[in-house]
Parts: sequence; C-alpha cells; structure tokens
Amino acid sequence: MEIQVHGSNDFIQEISSMPGGEKINLCIQCGTCSASCPNANKMDYTPREIIAMARAGLREEVLSSNSMWLCLSCYMCTVRCPRGIVPTYIMHALEHLAMRHHLSTPRTRTPTLYKVFSDTVRAAGHIPRLGCMTRFYLQVNPFGALKNIPVALSLFKHGRMPIRPTRLKPKAHVQFKAILDKAQSLEGTP
Amino acid sequence: MRYYSYFPGCGMHEDSRAYDLSAKAVAKLIDTEFIELENWNCCGSTPYTVIDDLSAFCCCARNLALAEKRGLDLVAACSDCYLILNRTDQHFKEYPEIRTKINESLAAGGLEYHGTVKVRHILDVFANDIDSEAIKANVKMDLSTLKVAPYYGCQVVRPKPNFDDPEYPQSMDRLIESLGAQVVPYPLKTRCCGGSLILSEQDIALGLIYKLLDNAISNGADCIATVCPFCHLNLDAYQSVVNKKFKTHFNIPVLFFTQLMGMAFGIDAKALGLRENIVPVHKILASHIKQR
Repeated sequence: MEIQVHGSNDFIQEISSMPGGEKINLCIQCGTCSASCPNANKMDYTPREIIAMARAGLREEVLSSNSMWLCLSCYMCTVRCPRGIVPTYIMHALEHLAMRHHLSTPRTRTPTLYKVFSDTVRAAGHIPRLGCMTRFYLQVNPFGALKNIPVALSLFKHGRMPIRPTRLKPKAHVQFKAILDKAQSLEGTP
Repeated sequence: MRYYSYFPGCGMHEDSRAYDLSAKAVAKLIDTEFIELENWNCCGSTPYTVIDDLSAFCCCARNLALAEKRGLDLVAACSDCYLILNRTDQHFKEYPEIRTKINESLAAGGLEYHGTVKVRHILDVFANDIDSEAIKANVKMDLSTLKVAPYYGCQVVRPKPNFDDPEYPQSMDRLIESLGAQVVPYPLKTRCCGGSLILSEQDIALGLIYKLLDNAISNGADCIATVCPFCHLNLDAYQSVVNKKFKTHFNIPVLFFTQLMGMAFGIDAKALGLRENIVPVHKILASHIKQR
C-alpha cells in the first residue's frame, strides 16, 4: 500500500528526491517510530506527526520545528519500522531542507553545531576538538561556555584535549580539497 | 597473523587515545595487527551529511578508495565512523547517480572506488574473528568478582542488522565472559548516549546519560564497558555534570572494552592509557583485579 498524494505537494517531492527520503509514502502512521524515539517527548511534533504533516504539505510548520534537530541518529525507529522506512534519513533530509531554506529554528543550537562541524571538516580534513568546540561556543553563547570549563579542564588534565591537533599532510590535503571542490560543483551549491 | 586496515577517526588521536593504545596492545598478543590507513581524513560524521550530502559521501569515499588499494577489511573503532563509512558504501551501491558523482569527484583527486571494501567494527573483529579460546589463553588476571555493564550504544548495531542483534546484542557480553569477568543484565545497552547533542542540547543529553549510568549501577555493575569514543566521552567526562544536575553520586569507571581486555591480559596501566580515564579506574576497581 502506498499513499497517493493528490494535487501538488512539492514538499513531498523534495523529501523523496533525497537518499532515503523516497519511502515516506509507505508510512501507515502506526507510531512505532515515536514510541521508540528517546527524544520524541521533547520534539514539537513526534516523528510520526512530522511524516503526517509533511505528507499534508505543511512545509513551513515542519521545517521551522525543532523535531529533526533533536534526532540523535540512533536508528531505533529504523530497525523497528514495519514498513522499512528509515525515519532517521527523513529527519536528515528535513534538517538539510530547513538549512537550505533558512528556516531552521533558533530554539535549538544543533544547526549551528552542524555548520561549525562541517566547515571544520571541509577546511582541515580532520576535527580538532578544541578548535571546533571553541568556535561553536563563541557563536552560540560565549558565557554558556563557562559552564563547560570544568569538563574541558578535566579532559585537558587527562591528556584528552591536545592543543596541537593532527592534520592532513599537505599532499593529502590538496587531494582531499580537490575531491570536495569537485563534489560541491556537481551538487551546485556555493 | 591477521592484518586489517585501520581507520582511527578523529577521536582516536584526540580524546580517545586510550582506545587506540589499548586496542593495539591487546591485538599484538593475539596475533592481530591494525595497519593505520595512510592519509585518512575525517568521515564527516552525521552533521556533514545534513549540510551537503555529496561532499560528505566523498569524504568517506576517499577513505574507502584508499583502503581498496590495500585490499584488507577496513576496521573502525568509532561507531559513528563505522556507520558513516558503511552508509556511503551502501548508497554508492544502491544509487547509480550517487555512484557516478562520487567517482567523478574522486577522479579530481586521482582516485576511484569500486565498492569492494568491507567496513567492520573493531568489536566485530575481537568478538568474531578471534577465537575465544585464544582470548582465554591470554588471561593472566582474575576478574571473577568484577561486574561489568556492557554498553554498546546505538550505531554499532544499527541501522541494518550486521554482526549482532540491533536491540539486544550479545557479542561483547560473551567477550567479557571469556575474560573471566561477570556481565550484569543491562536493559539500556543499546540506548543512545546523546552523541553530539551534549554540546548543542546539553540538558537533553545529560538526561539520557543519567538513565544509562543509573541503569548500570542499579543492576550492580562495578564498571561500564564501551565500544565508541563518543559514548565514552559522554559517560566518563560528563559523569560529574550529571551528578551536579541530578544530585547523584555516581562514580563508576567507564572503560573501553579493549582496556578491559588489556587489564585481564595483565598489560600495564600506562600501555592501556588508563590515566586518561576521568573516573579513576584502578582506585575503584583494584580489589576486583587479582593475580591468578
């Protein structure tokens, strides 16, 4: 059984065009995903509701919600879904669309974290923890960072936060960058 | 001798060097060698896929292409790296359009991927490739009074059924038993630790960590064994923050399962990086580690 969408629903097309998003129309609204999700009770709309809303074409409500940003990518919903849908991938697709259309909610800091993380990978080919965490806290809440100083200090004291991060060797970095530049040109994003 | 290509991922050279050290020290005793993939780059993790999926796939595909040249199984110790590398390999095979774009991008760096690399988790190697008799033969210390909660976390057993059950796995349980230690029932063994939400949504992540610690302790565990740098960081480094928030007094050591193996094998603390564990290991567990 597959739900037939009548009339135009560009939103569902957008989701379906992304890897893993194509199965969204197989959903029977049983709610197993919501029951399995460790964060469903903190989401504006549970995973089941998000799927129903997306299929109803409620684009803005879905993309400006906090739901997908609280997804932990733990895939419990995925192993339990009786229809073989990967709700985790649908959440990823929604995160991507929210970001692309500048609709992500300011009520969660996860979009900023993801952006800082991705920029760091792209630039360095590695994730130096200290640099990445500092940049994130500076962007979201420099004073909130103070609360985390004891954790950072204990990591530092136990040799778990090196000041000098590992980096790609120059030749490997050139290759890495050439590959990612090409990928980005194929994707058509800036 | 068994040889594997080894993908350390960013954690193993930064916050989880103890995992890297102990895995290599233990492997040596059971005729196994992990050969680090030369010039590897970050797997991109989940966040990069969200921002730009093709670039994220290419991050992984570069590593896969490098590993393919050597022809050995590629072993990841971080569950996130393991999942992300596998997902790229799977998308590469399932979607012809992605396959073409990945190889077009790789060509810009003089590489090509054919889809032949088998990505494995280091737990799978220790639990399934190594005969449990070989492990038992190396056990020098008596851990018979030590009670361990085996914490798998989420991404080592999901999303696809792989080497173990996605909800109630047993491979680490058996491994710990072959070390002579006791395994306590741990119903939350595959529940999520909060991952990177510890940075962006700290209160939510702390709530998840609290449940995991509480569940291990209320089942009588003396320590928790983990298989992933993220899980370890959250359960170990943030334990004091959980105590503050929930007014608890948790003080339970969190070990990488390879550290536990090393302790059973009688390898010294320094070679296992035990100093890097934040909740002190030896001070709390000393009475459970006896000469045989």
